[in-house]
Amino acid sequence: MTTQAKTISECGSCATSCNTAHLTKLGIKTGGWDYVVALAGNPNTGKSTIFNRLTGLHQHVGNWAGKTVTRAEGAFTLNEKKYKLVDLPGTYSLLSTSVDEEIARDFVLFGKPDVTIVVADATRLERNLNLVLQILEITDRAVVALNLIDEARRANLTIDERALARDLGVPVVPMSARRGEGVTELLNAVESVAEGKFPARAHRIKYADEKLEKAIETLAAELRAEFADLPNARWVALRLLEGDESIIKAVRLNQLGTVKEAGIFPSLVQIEAN
Amino acid sequence: MTLNKLKPGQIGTVKELYSKDSERRRMVDLGILPGTRIENVMPSPLGDPIAYRVRSAVVALRSEQAELIEIEENI
Repeated sequence: MTTQAKTISECGSCATSCNTAHLTKLGIKTGGWDYVVALAGNPNTGKSTIFNRLTGLHQHVGNWAGKTVTRAEGAFTLNEKKYKLVDLPGTYSLLSTSVDEEIARDFVLFGKPDVTIVVADATRLERNLNLVLQILEITDRAVVALNLIDEARRANLTIDERALARDLGVPVVPMSARRGEGVTELLNAVESVAEGKFPARAHRIKYADEKLEKAIETLAAELRAEFADLPNARWVALRLLEGDESIIKAVRLNQLGTVKEAGIFPSLVQIEAN
Repeated sequence: MTLNKLKPGQIGTVKELYSKDSERRRMVDLGILPGTRIENVMPSPLGDPIAYRVRSAVVALRSEQAELIEIEENI
């Protein structure tokens, strides 16, 4: 495995992404970062293409089935700040019980990323918004990358990304990672969320039932007392009320947050650096 | 009728999900919930699973999953 830092200025072959000033692709040199950025999204939305764009790596997309957990990590610097980028398994939901979904969920929830990029397929926006809303339930610090916008255009789909950003309360960036379109805008959005310049007001589902809200609050308060570092006790309380077995087990074994996090990091990164 | 009775090319609307817990959650995550339009796109060579179109994506469901989805055929 070789590592190689490649600056944009050295790269003369790609046309569209070269206007991304101040970006240095660092490959797998992930040490000593300022910010951690997670890449989440449905399968086949182009997460790894975005990952490769930003890090200069050539990650071969694999499957996360089974117990073996493989996640990809890369890095880049932007305006003198170093970002570690974590490519998460593609998933339709954070709530189902498959292993890959747990990996994605645990990282978004307990890995405390500074920014989570949710990659959505612009041609299948409706089904992608499910995961977007679930992630916004966990964190305010998110950016929606509306990828495959070139394919959406070809299918005569017009997306009002401003209205979408207003409704979701997080930046929405139309892009085509494959063509390098929108990469600069994505980086600007990630930077502004990472540095806290974007006001956090992500859309949250509100539950009309007073009894439910009360149960959530009671349980969340108990969780906060028990697990001091828990970033989103409300979310965990909701899952407990829902009867989510993996969360119940984690609470019972006192593994919420900390040990869980260690559990998802044991394996080595399987990437081919170029 | 249940979804597994839908013939290739036919379109239905989901009325009810009979599945529970994580199995139900999975269906909802795939976008299959009451009111959703669903089309039988094609069966696999052995007839099970069957590919369905849901919210502009194609998903394959086994017949034991499809028979837990109550639908009304669109005419």
